[in-house]
Amino acid sequence: MSRRKDDLADSRWGRFKRWLDGEVDPLMAPDMETVAPRSAEAAGQAGSAVREEAAGQAGSAVRAETGGQAGSAVREEAAGQTGSAVRAETAVQTGTAAAVQAGAGSAVRQAADRTALAGTDGSVRSAAQAVLPAKRRKGRLYDRVYQVMSVILCLGIISVLLWTIAYLPVFGNAGNPDNNEVSARYIERGLQETGAVNIVTGMILDYRAFDTFGESCVLFIASCCVLVLLRIDKESGAEGVKERLKAADDRRFEPKEDIILQKCAMVLSPVIFVFGIYIILNGHLSPGGGFSGGAVLGSGLILYLNAFGFEKTERFFNTKTYRRITVSALSFYCLAKSYSFFTGANHLESGIPLGTPGAIISSGLILPLNICVGMVVACTMYAFYTLFRKGDM
Amino acid sequence: MKIFEIILLVCLIVCAVSVSVTKDLLTSIVIFMSYSLIMCVIWVLLQSPDLAITEAAVGAGVTSILFFVTLKKIRAIRKEEQDEQKEG
Repeated sequence: MSRRKDDLADSRWGRFKRWLDGEVDPLMAPDMETVAPRSAEAAGQAGSAVREEAAGQAGSAVRAETGGQAGSAVREEAAGQTGSAVRAETAVQTGTAAAVQAGAGSAVRQAADRTALAGTDGSVRSAAQAVLPAKRRKGRLYDRVYQVMSVILCLGIISVLLWTIAYLPVFGNAGNPDNNEVSARYIERGLQETGAVNIVTGMILDYRAFDTFGESCVLFIASCCVLVLLRIDKESGAEGVKERLKAADDRRFEPKEDIILQKCAMVLSPVIFVFGIYIILNGHLSPGGGFSGGAVLGSGLILYLNAFGFEKTERFFNTKTYRRITVSALSFYCLAKSYSFFTGANHLESGIPLGTPGAIISSGLILPLNICVGMVVACTMYAFYTLFRKGDM
Repeated sequence: MKIFEIILLVCLIVCAVSVSVTKDLLTSIVIFMSYSLIMCVIWVLLQSPDLAITEAAVGAGVTSILFFVTLKKIRAIRKEEQDEQKEG
């Protein structure tokens, strides 16, 4: 897995990064360099208008054009003067040396208002530096001020945050303001009122059930947004759907039927599934609950998908299954708990007996609500992954 | 136990700084995964095991996988794919 730098340089990310660093102009044609020698040969007559884009280190593209005549484009490496010198020599070989210099001189005058820097030759470059426009110097000053100000801002924010931390209550102190009557009530009467041995789940899914409903809705909305952004509609019959599907599905680049991954997944994924189901079903008895169990189930599904491919998972999980599971789970949760919205967030009796604390079927509505949340979370995780991978489920 | 906690917290800070300093995106995602795992152990030490389970599943698992897929989509690890294909 060795990663060389020049691999990165060709990629879209590399170009984006160079653009961020100010080395290239994104509007400039990507094959500027290849164009340069060709047009230099073609140039019978010369003269060069020269434009510089680069910030400091590299890539100042120099383009030559005189009126209506053929142009000669020259690319200059600011650090290594060799490139421009060589290309200037090719221009000389085409018998236009004097014209180039004269043209460059005029170009400097032309380019001054365009904040351009001329440089086809050493002498011309020194002349150009003399006419280095005030605008560029202003820009460099702005960059310097920008850097200094960002450092000062960072340090300021860090010091303010540290100063605030100094005023926070001591960790684990009994007299802290969070040790008030609310938590005392939860600890003293939580088991009696909710029937859940795990007080955290009792709080999340009984006292604060409406908040948890909002959280699962947020997850659902997030997966809907990813669906809107990334899904490619197969049935629409629009032009180029097949090409887009092919471009989005990057699985064909991968080694298929990877034996190590498949054997590992064969051993691991049943264990992960059972563990996730255990966390969900035991949410009211032991640490965990719907969200954690659902996340474990979802990552198990992703592992299975990676090992065995989309054909196998599509047999039991596609868009229709996703829609049915998520909508039914959310609407059940809504029906079961949203009445507290109308009663001013007051707790209402569900009428289901709480049962013996510690038994798996106990604590009223908490177990079905845990299952609902777990299914929504697992479906969301899996949907994220498949939508990222191939734009469909 | 106190020493173990201190070691974990120092590792956490080192991970957090090196994620942003690392030039290579793939490496920084792996460091981010290890950050989540250290955070998971810290949650257990702070006696909140349910948060630890969630952190391990979401922070170290699903988020990093989504990051990897995104790297692949923006062709930041395209070269290796081609190499693998040639070998395979």
